Amino acid sequence: MSAALLIEQLLNGLQFGVMLFLMAAGLTLIFGVMGLINLAHGSLYMIGAFAAAGVAGWTGSFWLALMGALMAAAMIGALVEMVVIRRLYDRDHLDQVLATFALILIFSEGTRFFFGSLPLYLDTPDLLSGPTMLPGGIEYSKYRLFIIAVGLAVGAGLFWLISRTRIGIQIRAGEADREMIAALGVDIRKLYTLVFALGAALAGLAGAMIGPIQSVEVGMGEPVLILAFVVIVIGGIGSIKGAFIGALLVGLTDTLGRIMLPQLFGLFMDASSATTVGASLASMTIYILMAGILLFKPSGLFGGQS
Amino acid sequence: MRRETILNLAIPGILLATALIAYAMDEPYIITLATKAAILALAGVGLNIALGLGGLVSLGHAAFFGVGGYAMGILAFHAQNYMPIWGVIEGTKSMPIIWLVALIASALTALVIGAMSLRTTGVYFIMITLAFGQMLFYFAISWPTYGGEDGMSIYLRNGFPGVNTLVPLNFFLICFVILAVVMVLTDRLGKSAFGLALQATRQNAARAEAVGLAPYRLRLVAFTISGAVTGLAGALFADLNRFVSPSMLSWHMSGEIMILIILGGIARLSGPVAGAMLFIALEYVLEDLSHYWHVYLGAILLGVVLFARGGVIGLIAGREVAHD
Repeated sequence: MSAALLIEQLLNGLQFGVMLFLMAAGLTLIFGVMGLINLAHGSLYMIGAFAAAGVAGWTGSFWLALMGALMAAAMIGALVEMVVIRRLYDRDHLDQVLATFALILIFSEGTRFFFGSLPLYLDTPDLLSGPTMLPGGIEYSKYRLFIIAVGLAVGAGLFWLISRTRIGIQIRAGEADREMIAALGVDIRKLYTLVFALGAALAGLAGAMIGPIQSVEVGMGEPVLILAFVVIVIGGIGSIKGAFIGALLVGLTDTLGRIMLPQLFGLFMDASSATTVGASLASMTIYILMAGILLFKPSGLFGGQS
Repeated sequence: MRRETILNLAIPGILLATALIAYAMDEPYIITLATKAAILALAGVGLNIALGLGGLVSLGHAAFFGVGGYAMGILAFHAQNYMPIWGVIEGTKSMPIIWLVALIASALTALVIGAMSLRTTGVYFIMITLAFGQMLFYFAISWPTYGGEDGMSIYLRNGFPGVNTLVPLNFFLICFVILAVVMVLTDRLGKSAFGLALQATRQNAARAEAVGLAPYRLRLVAFTISGAVTGLAGALFADLNRFVSPSMLSWHMSGEIMILIILGGIARLSGPVAGAMLFIALEYVLEDLSHYWHVYLGAILLGVVLFARGGVIGLIAGREVAHD
């Protein structure tokens, strides 16, 4: 394999990892602060993508579409929190799983009702279409570089928000002891709605940004949701840092596995069966990675005691 | 008799009566629906061993359901093509052998997945079972020998010695008898020393450990049994449709099996049966009413979780939770 191809695949893996981070960050934050497992997080990703496709179709502007997706996901997130999710904080995980599974059914079918079953497509904005020349003479898609940049910027912003701002202090305090910070005069209900809307906005952003790469369709959020779970399990629940490292690990492992395993098996098998076996195993690599990490650290790389 | 004991007899009775009446009125489609309900109920009874008795919220039971389905699919595929597996093992179209293979294959799968997942608890466990289920789903999609993404069809339903399984009522009765036998065994299991110990680990693992029980081992055994029963249901489900595909392994399937239990009432012996009948009836009625019936299903599920936590049986039998 040539160095250029390897670097291209590394960047693809990075881009995939950054997307997963946007999903996993929201999930892990919501779990860390509210103790809620939210299966409907993938629906918010889907809502972001559909809102972006809708706004782009209406205005023709990618940037307005991105704004629209953020706002739609945050608003629907806040609404869902106030109507349904709020009632689930005191419930056991089983009730949370079922209620949020019910939300998936409602959101998926609702979206199908409004947008139809055909996939939608988002255009890459002119500014970011086509490849760019990286140092070393490697051509790489500008749009994917944009995703990596946005993802890293959002990650940095999130670290800053959590560790340096007043809201961040309240969020961390909420993770540690919710009764205490309520007693100290923080409106915990508002804080919860805010955290949920923040997580939703991150998911919506991820969904909107993936639009120009993949087709926008009902059910698109679920594979990403499950990968985000794998990320969180690897990184440790409640840890943003863990989500970041986990997301990059999963993104790189998955992307490189798909390229390298068929080649690896090609060394001692005939080409067609190497492709078959390689592809089948490549679809399992991240789960094997997860199992391996669990064997040594049952609560993830950066998790406390589970 | 307690109200719940009466229900435990009455609910499967309703299912049996539905099929018999449909037979008398010559409505084979209704018999097929009843068969589907019996099979899904069996899958639910299986999951209920882990979920109801052990408190293990597994969101990956579709893996075992699918492994059972593929066990049937692979054996029958090789039998109908007269092509032994790896050139050695003959395929088979005989149900009892298929069931045995499905039980063993899904038990082994559950043993391996359980051994890794049960090292964790709570949310980690939910996510990990979900992830392993998804792993098998993607594996089935990318493995082309047995149909890959498209799945594979079996031309003729498998046979059972002395019974013509092509007659819908006969196949229903086979499924129903299996369901009944498994329910009786599950009831015995719940009341056995093992079942009591398992329930103790659900209620308080630390205390159970303090009196000398080994929660990990108990849970692993329960998870394996649970997976095996769900796998058997998978083999029957594949036989009902004469079709196996990765959708049997998808996490929606896991969610649906769990929904059955919750609709009926968690940790109730006949909860999955009531839930399965309700689920199939809803599907039948709502699908007619609207193309987008999952919206209503979602709303009903949300209502049950938020406001009627005991499910159907909880509403009828009174006490909200069967155990404790």
